Amino acid sequence: MKKLLEKKSSSAGLEQQAVKAKARQGFFVGLPSIIYLLIFFLIPLGYVIAYSFATRSRTGRTELRDWNLDAYVRLGEEVVQAVAWRSLWIAVLTTVICLLLAYPLAFYISTRRPVIRNLLLIGIMIPFWSNFLIRTYAWRVLLSSDGLFTRIVEELGLGEGRILFTQPAVILGLVYGYLPFMVLPLYAAIERIDWSLVEGARDLYASGWKAFRRVVWPLSRPGVIAGSILVFVPSFGAYVTPAILGGNKQSLMGSYIVDQFMDARNGPLGSSLSVLVLGVMLIGTLIYFRQGGRNL
Amino acid sequence: MNKGTALSTAEPKGASRWALRLHSLLIYLFFYAPIAVLVVFSFNDAQLVGDWKGFSLDWYEAFFDNENIQESIWISVKVCIASTIISVVLGTMAALSLERFRWWGQKAFDAVLYLPIIIPDVTMAVMMLAFFNETADLINLIPGVDLSSGLEKLVLSHVAFNISFVSVVVRARLANLDATMEEAASDLYANRWQTFRRVTLPQIMPGIIGGALLAITLSLDDVVVSSFVASVGGTPISVYVFGLARKGVSPLINAVSVVMLSASMLLILGSLAFQRATQFAREDS
Repeated sequence: MKKLLEKKSSSAGLEQQAVKAKARQGFFVGLPSIIYLLIFFLIPLGYVIAYSFATRSRTGRTELRDWNLDAYVRLGEEVVQAVAWRSLWIAVLTTVICLLLAYPLAFYISTRRPVIRNLLLIGIMIPFWSNFLIRTYAWRVLLSSDGLFTRIVEELGLGEGRILFTQPAVILGLVYGYLPFMVLPLYAAIERIDWSLVEGARDLYASGWKAFRRVVWPLSRPGVIAGSILVFVPSFGAYVTPAILGGNKQSLMGSYIVDQFMDARNGPLGSSLSVLVLGVMLIGTLIYFRQGGRNL
Repeated sequence: MNKGTALSTAEPKGASRWALRLHSLLIYLFFYAPIAVLVVFSFNDAQLVGDWKGFSLDWYEAFFDNENIQESIWISVKVCIASTIISVVLGTMAALSLERFRWWGQKAFDAVLYLPIIIPDVTMAVMMLAFFNETADLINLIPGVDLSSGLEKLVLSHVAFNISFVSVVVRARLANLDATMEEAASDLYANRWQTFRRVTLPQIMPGIIGGALLAITLSLDDVVVSSFVASVGGTPISVYVFGLARKGVSPLINAVSVVMLSASMLLILGSLAFQRATQFAREDS
């Protein structure tokens, strides 16, 4: 570092050299994390991709030789397809429900006074960051056969209350877990809207509904897209929620991948499925950045 | 600002206004009621979870007497401290490098730094599993390193996702800082290190602490990645509780859960408080 500084103060073309030296310094400041992420993130990622083309030995070991596409061919199998479509369906449903629930709430929060708005936001950020496992477990308590939810539903005569280990329970758990991920980007988008545009629309005799549909909704679209991706991607690969609320009757993508590594000992298939999940994530991210999304 | 007057036209009138209020109230209830029920029932004096049989601290006592749980907590704490320290140092440096410098390849680094945040847990877990399967023998050759206890593997994988979270929080702080202070310092012949130590660091401290608290929370809360890399005797508390919670509900897990959730929420509130100064100042202006 010192040498760089000395170099900088000598010779001609001083300014250009200073810029270069600064760039080099910036690179060196970032270097430790670059090396760390290279070794402990990118190389692991490379191994998963390599595994997906590797061979499974008789004993269930993954061997990095005889490269083949078997694991990808297996993605076409009926069992695997069923898991993929079921996960996709559940992720879409979760995303739509979250959007319907979060939009009015985000609208409400962004039209409050700053003090109240901040309090309401903290109320969303706490579940956003706090222990996901325990929040899911709380629903297991509520949904158990003598749990509060089950009994309230049955006493009110709203139908079958015992939904634990069913698809509705998993969707409920996912909505509960990921709803904050929808509210925050929606809030960020709606809060930024210039409300005088709405005022203008109203002055021109647009009904409240029309002003919403023609002004507020289009302007909040980046938030809708960002929130949908933030809910859809983790729902598609969810593991904890189905494991706790879904039982093991119908596996979803996340648990199916884990099974491949833990029980079935089929590393290549588990890896090709992981690559699939990764692909979904990458497509989502690309759309997200296209829309100018930036902050989580 | 005249935003206030314009806002009032955006606010729906009459029935829909009340519907909006009721809806928001119900959502907050949806967020917090399950947690409240969990807390209440952790004080229940009964073997079964369903009925309220009176107040008792028995389950918390059982929790403090349970050696397996104590051991798991101890593992979690060790992993969390080590991984937080490493990720705070690396994450802060990454944030500085991206926010205060321009260099070739920066965009690519920025993109890679975002990946651990958005990558699904399961994929990250599979990655670490494959990596340690293939390289553990190689890493063990380094003198003094032994991965078999699983602790090192937990630390290494927690750092892999926490660097990104720390750097995002610190960057937000840096972006909101006026760089003129740093320029003034260097005009007064402070070298880069002095400028960093005396001007930048004190100013970004709230961001660093906020990022550190977030890293602590994420390390303590992680289930999926940890359950893939932990060795049999060395499960952290989140993985231990996950194993129990899959099997069923018990008042003991309720008590452990309440302790974990309280820790998680306190840390988040702390982290938000440290980040708040910058974030909300920007939103209000």
